[in-house]
Amino acid sequence: MATSRPKKYTKNTRNQQIQADMTYRALELLNLPPDEPAFLLDIGCGSGLSGEILDEEGYIWAGVDIAPSMLEVALEREVEGDLFLQDIGQGFGFRPGSFDGAISISVLQWLLNAETSHPTSSPPHRLSRFFTTLHSSLRNPSRAVFQFYPSSDDQIQLITSIAQKAGFGGGIVVDYPNSKKAKKVFLCLYVGGGGGAQQLPEGLDGEEAVEDGGKARFERRREREKTKNGKRKSIKDKDWILKKKELYRKRGKEGVPNDSKFTGPQAEASVLIYFMDLFLFNSSILHSEEVPATGDCVFRLIADEMALQRSHADPLPVLHFFCYNVL
Amino acid sequence: MVRLITHNLLACHVKGCTSNNFPLEFKDVQLVPHESWGILRYRTKLPRCLDDDFLKTLHHVLLEIHVEEGIMICPNCKHNYPISNGIPNMLLAEHEIG
Repeated sequence: MATSRPKKYTKNTRNQQIQADMTYRALELLNLPPDEPAFLLDIGCGSGLSGEILDEEGYIWAGVDIAPSMLEVALEREVEGDLFLQDIGQGFGFRPGSFDGAISISVLQWLLNAETSHPTSSPPHRLSRFFTTLHSSLRNPSRAVFQFYPSSDDQIQLITSIAQKAGFGGGIVVDYPNSKKAKKVFLCLYVGGGGGAQQLPEGLDGEEAVEDGGKARFERRREREKTKNGKRKSIKDKDWILKKKELYRKRGKEGVPNDSKFTGPQAEASVLIYFMDLFLFNSSILHSEEVPATGDCVFRLIADEMALQRSHADPLPVLHFFCYNVL
Repeated sequence: MVRLITHNLLACHVKGCTSNNFPLEFKDVQLVPHESWGILRYRTKLPRCLDDDFLKTLHHVLLEIHVEEGIMICPNCKHNYPISNGIPNMLLAEHEIG
């Protein structure tokens, strides 16, 4: 699969948000018993976006992906799950009953491309190998939820019929079927479950614009994380940073910054203020025509500093916004 | 990370390799102790009577040690699964796909 994926998928924040939303929704559809540890398989884990959410929700997981470059990004993210380089169309080698469930975000459609004319690379053969080996590596009873982008009804038909032949029950759940943009197709498959006892969940309905009404089932989960001003609580808040620092110290990593009352957003703010002073000072000395160049240099400095403080976020867009709109 | 508890889930999936394909043998491995806590009691369904020291040792072996570099070899068909950077390469050649 395309090695150009990493940049596109991990840098774009809107993409990240959509992926995160779909991961939460997939977990919801997985319907695991609450407050019980579960061992999940993340099929096409990529750069570990969904893995971070699995970590955060307290699941133990293993991930497979075909792109080594994406797995490298996942390693850099320090996700907790074990990673495998694997072509899912070749089937899995996991022992029977290894996993309590499986999720897969935007992956299944890749199995519909034939890359060579060899019989083992025909889409039906690859799909059948994939579903058969997945079925046996899942516990009974359990579920597997796949979000994917089918390009036609025939493709959905092909995928569901092969999944059924492999022994899965279940079917397709469509969220926001009437919206072009927000429409999401989920394949919910069941292993076992005693004769139709597992009922297919209903898709979310309504237009994408009806955020509060239409997203009811999403909303319930997020409600807890929202702070007073209505914004979602950042995953990487002060507690998270302190936890990570503690972890690094335990591992004996050198150069872990000391804890201070300015940790996380405050630290960024104080750094920013410091450089803003520097910037204003410089621009008052220099003539106005030289300011942009100095400014760029300062952006770079601030960016580097912020990258040191918090290596995960890309601070440049924020700074550009700040400097062009505020200054 | 190939933790030993994960290694315990892996069997060979080469075409026709259906018996004696587990466990994969380690060769030329580099071990790294790794810190993480969690799933031991649950995953292994240990009897409750085991003492804490034993559990700690077991936890250390299964979850804190992982293989960074090395090879896993199928005892039956001798297929080599190389591990590099902590990630096992499970890809098969065309003729090995079932």
